[in-house]
Amino acid sequence: MELLPIIGGIVTLFGSFFLLLGSIGIVRMPDSYNRIQAGTKATTLGTLLFLLGVGIYHPSWFPKLVVLILFILFTNPVSSHVLARAAHSIGIKLTKSTVVDKLKDTSGEEIDA
Amino acid sequence: MADTLFLISGGIAILALFTAAVRFFLGPDVVDRVIAFDVLTIISISLIATIAHTEGRVIYLDVGIVYGLLSFLGVIIVAKYLERGL
Repeated sequence: MELLPIIGGIVTLFGSFFLLLGSIGIVRMPDSYNRIQAGTKATTLGTLLFLLGVGIYHPSWFPKLVVLILFILFTNPVSSHVLARAAHSIGIKLTKSTVVDKLKDTSGEEIDA
Repeated sequence: MADTLFLISGGIAILALFTAAVRFFLGPDVVDRVIAFDVLTIISISLIATIAHTEGRVIYLDVGIVYGLLSFLGVIIVAKYLERGL
Protein backbone atom coordinates (compact mmCIF):
# COMPACT_ATOMS: atom_id res chain seq x y z
CA MET A 1 0.00 0.00 0.00
CA GLU A 2 1.57 3.27 -1.06
CA LEU A 3 1.72 5.92 1.59
CA LEU A 4 2.40 9.12 -0.36
CA PRO A 5 -0.79 9.17 -2.50
CA ILE A 6 -3.02 8.64 0.53
CA ILE A 7 -1.34 11.47 2.47
CA GLY A 8 -1.74 13.72 -0.57
CA GLY A 9 -5.42 12.83 -0.81
CA ILE A 10 -6.06 13.63 2.84
CA VAL A 11 -4.28 17.00 2.65
CA THR A 12 -6.30 17.88 -0.46
CA LEU A 13 -9.51 16.94 1.33
CA PHE A 14 -8.67 19.33 4.18
CA GLY A 15 -7.97 22.06 1.65
CA SER A 16 -11.32 21.61 -0.02
CA PHE A 17 -13.08 21.86 3.38
CA PHE A 18 -11.45 25.23 3.94
CA LEU A 19 -12.67 26.39 0.54
CA LEU A 20 -16.21 25.37 1.45
CA LEU A 21 -15.97 27.17 4.80
CA GLY A 22 -14.75 30.34 3.07
CA SER A 23 -17.68 30.28 0.67
CA ILE A 24 -20.19 29.77 3.46
CA GLY A 25 -18.55 32.66 5.31
CA ILE A 26 -19.01 34.96 2.34
CA VAL A 27 -22.73 34.23 2.26
CA ARG A 28 -23.40 34.59 5.97
CA MET A 29 -21.26 37.50 7.14
CA PRO A 30 -23.19 40.70 8.00
CA ASP A 31 -20.87 43.29 6.47
CA SER A 32 -18.70 43.96 3.42
CA TYR A 33 -15.48 44.10 5.40
CA ASN A 34 -16.21 40.78 7.13
CA ARG A 35 -16.90 39.24 3.74
CA ILE A 36 -13.53 40.43 2.42
CA GLN A 37 -11.82 38.85 5.44
CA ALA A 38 -13.62 35.52 5.09
CA GLY A 39 -13.15 35.39 1.37
CA THR A 40 -9.44 36.03 1.41
CA LYS A 41 -8.07 34.17 4.39
CA ALA A 42 -10.00 30.95 4.09
CA THR A 43 -9.62 30.56 0.34
CA THR A 44 -5.89 31.30 0.42
CA LEU A 45 -5.31 28.58 3.00
CA GLY A 46 -7.65 26.17 1.24
CA THR A 47 -5.90 26.60 -2.10
CA LEU A 48 -2.48 26.21 -0.46
CA LEU A 49 -3.46 22.89 1.13
CA PHE A 50 -5.17 21.68 -2.03
CA LEU A 51 -2.12 22.31 -4.22
CA LEU A 52 0.21 20.88 -1.56
CA GLY A 53 -1.82 17.67 -1.63
CA VAL A 54 -1.51 17.44 -5.41
CA GLY A 55 2.23 18.04 -5.06
CA ILE A 56 2.63 15.22 -2.55
CA TYR A 57 0.84 12.84 -4.92
CA HIS A 58 3.04 13.77 -7.91
CA PRO A 59 6.49 14.68 -6.56
CA SER A 60 7.78 15.53 -10.03
CA TRP A 61 5.20 18.35 -10.33
CA PHE A 62 6.44 20.04 -7.18
CA PRO A 63 8.48 22.97 -8.62
CA LYS A 64 5.62 24.35 -10.68
CA LEU A 65 3.19 23.93 -7.80
CA VAL A 66 5.57 25.75 -5.44
CA VAL A 67 5.64 28.70 -7.85
CA LEU A 68 1.85 28.75 -7.91
CA ILE A 69 1.59 28.47 -4.12
CA LEU A 70 4.04 31.32 -3.51
CA PHE A 71 2.26 33.51 -6.03
CA ILE A 72 -1.14 33.02 -4.41
CA LEU A 73 0.32 33.42 -0.92
CA PHE A 74 1.84 36.80 -1.78
CA THR A 75 -0.84 38.36 -3.98
CA ASN A 76 -4.13 37.46 -2.32
CA PRO A 77 -3.58 39.53 0.85
CA VAL A 78 -2.36 42.52 -1.17
CA SER A 79 -5.48 42.58 -3.34
CA SER A 80 -7.80 42.26 -0.34
CA HIS A 81 -6.02 45.12 1.44
CA VAL A 82 -6.37 47.41 -1.58
CA LEU A 83 -10.05 46.50 -1.92
CA ALA A 84 -10.75 47.18 1.76
CA ARG A 85 -9.11 50.60 1.59
CA ALA A 86 -11.11 51.49 -1.51
CA ALA A 87 -14.32 50.33 0.19
CA HIS A 88 -13.62 52.54 3.20
CA SER A 89 -12.85 55.55 1.05
CA ILE A 90 -16.11 55.34 -0.89
CA GLY A 91 -18.00 55.14 2.38
CA ILE A 92 -19.26 51.61 2.82
CA LYS A 93 -20.74 51.34 6.31
CA LEU A 94 -19.50 49.03 9.02
CA THR A 95 -21.92 46.76 10.82
CA LYS A 96 -23.27 47.79 14.22
CA SER A 97 -21.24 45.16 16.08
CA THR A 98 -17.97 46.82 15.11
CA VAL A 99 -16.83 49.40 17.70
CA VAL A 100 -13.37 50.48 16.51
CA ASP A 101 -12.63 52.21 13.22
CA LYS A 102 -8.99 53.24 13.24
CA LEU A 103 -8.87 54.33 9.63
CA LYS A 104 -11.64 56.88 10.12
CA ASP A 105 -9.78 58.48 13.03
CA THR A 106 -6.73 59.20 10.93
CA SER A 107 -8.21 59.48 7.45
CA GLY A 108 -7.68 62.62 5.50
CA GLU A 109 -3.93 62.36 5.95
CA GLU A 110 -3.62 58.69 5.01
CA ILE A 111 -5.68 58.15 1.89
CA ASP A 112 -3.76 60.22 -0.61
CA ALA A 113 -1.12 59.76 -3.32
CA MET B 1 -8.40 4.99 -2.90
CA ALA B 2 -6.39 8.18 -3.30
CA ASP B 3 -8.04 8.89 -6.64
CA THR B 4 -11.49 8.85 -5.10
CA LEU B 5 -10.26 11.26 -2.44
CA PHE B 6 -9.24 13.66 -5.19
CA LEU B 7 -12.63 13.34 -6.87
CA ILE B 8 -14.42 14.03 -3.58
CA SER B 9 -12.24 17.13 -3.05
CA GLY B 10 -13.12 18.33 -6.53
CA GLY B 11 -16.81 17.82 -5.76
CA ILE B 12 -16.57 19.84 -2.55
CA ALA B 13 -14.78 22.61 -4.45
CA ILE B 14 -17.63 22.71 -7.01
CA LEU B 15 -20.10 23.02 -4.11
CA ALA B 16 -18.05 25.96 -2.78
CA LEU B 17 -18.19 27.48 -6.25
CA PHE B 18 -21.99 27.52 -6.27
CA THR B 19 -22.14 28.87 -2.72
CA ALA B 20 -19.90 31.82 -3.60
CA ALA B 21 -21.96 32.46 -6.75
CA VAL B 22 -24.97 33.12 -4.47
CA ARG B 23 -23.18 36.15 -3.02
CA PHE B 24 -22.24 37.24 -6.54
CA PHE B 25 -25.91 37.50 -7.46
CA LEU B 26 -27.21 38.80 -4.12
CA GLY B 27 -24.60 41.31 -3.00
CA PRO B 28 -26.11 44.76 -2.59
CA ASP B 29 -22.79 46.56 -3.08
CA VAL B 30 -20.17 46.46 -5.77
CA VAL B 31 -17.53 45.40 -3.23
CA ASP B 32 -19.48 42.22 -2.45
CA ARG B 33 -19.55 41.28 -6.11
CA VAL B 34 -15.83 41.95 -6.55
CA ILE B 35 -14.86 39.77 -3.61
CA ALA B 36 -17.19 36.99 -4.77
CA PHE B 37 -15.53 37.13 -8.19
CA ASP B 38 -12.11 36.87 -6.57
CA VAL B 39 -13.20 33.82 -4.57
CA LEU B 40 -14.65 32.20 -7.71
CA THR B 41 -11.38 32.51 -9.60
CA ILE B 42 -9.31 31.21 -6.70
CA ILE B 43 -11.56 28.14 -6.42
CA SER B 44 -11.14 27.64 -10.17
CA ILE B 45 -7.40 27.30 -9.65
CA SER B 46 -8.01 24.30 -7.41
CA LEU B 47 -10.39 22.80 -9.99
CA ILE B 48 -7.74 23.22 -12.70
CA ALA B 49 -5.31 21.32 -10.46
CA THR B 50 -7.88 18.51 -10.11
CA ILE B 51 -8.29 18.31 -13.89
CA ALA B 52 -4.52 18.28 -14.32
CA HIS B 53 -4.38 15.32 -11.94
CA THR B 54 -7.11 13.28 -13.63
CA GLU B 55 -5.73 13.89 -17.12
CA GLY B 56 -2.16 13.37 -15.97
CA ARG B 57 -0.60 16.34 -17.79
CA VAL B 58 1.43 18.86 -15.87
CA ILE B 59 1.08 21.59 -18.51
CA TYR B 60 -2.46 22.44 -17.38
CA LEU B 61 -1.01 24.10 -14.28
CA ASP B 62 0.21 27.00 -16.44
CA VAL B 63 -3.44 27.90 -16.99
CA GLY B 64 -3.75 28.11 -13.21
CA ILE B 65 -0.88 30.58 -12.98
CA VAL B 66 -2.58 32.79 -15.57
CA TYR B 67 -5.84 32.61 -13.59
CA GLY B 68 -4.09 33.74 -10.43
CA LEU B 69 -2.52 36.67 -12.24
CA LEU B 70 -5.82 37.74 -13.81
CA SER B 71 -7.73 37.62 -10.52
CA PHE B 72 -5.08 39.72 -8.73
CA LEU B 73 -5.00 42.35 -11.47
CA GLY B 74 -8.77 42.43 -11.79
CA VAL B 75 -9.38 43.16 -8.11
CA ILE B 76 -6.69 45.84 -8.00
CA ILE B 77 -7.97 47.62 -11.10
CA VAL B 78 -11.56 47.70 -9.86
CA ALA B 79 -10.41 48.97 -6.45
CA LYS B 80 -8.38 51.76 -8.05
CA TYR B 81 -11.34 52.76 -10.20
CA LEU B 82 -13.63 52.90 -7.15
CA GLU B 83 -11.25 55.07 -5.22
CA ARG B 84 -10.42 57.68 -7.76
CA GLY B 85 -12.08 57.26 -11.13
CA LEU B 86 -10.31 56.11 -14.26
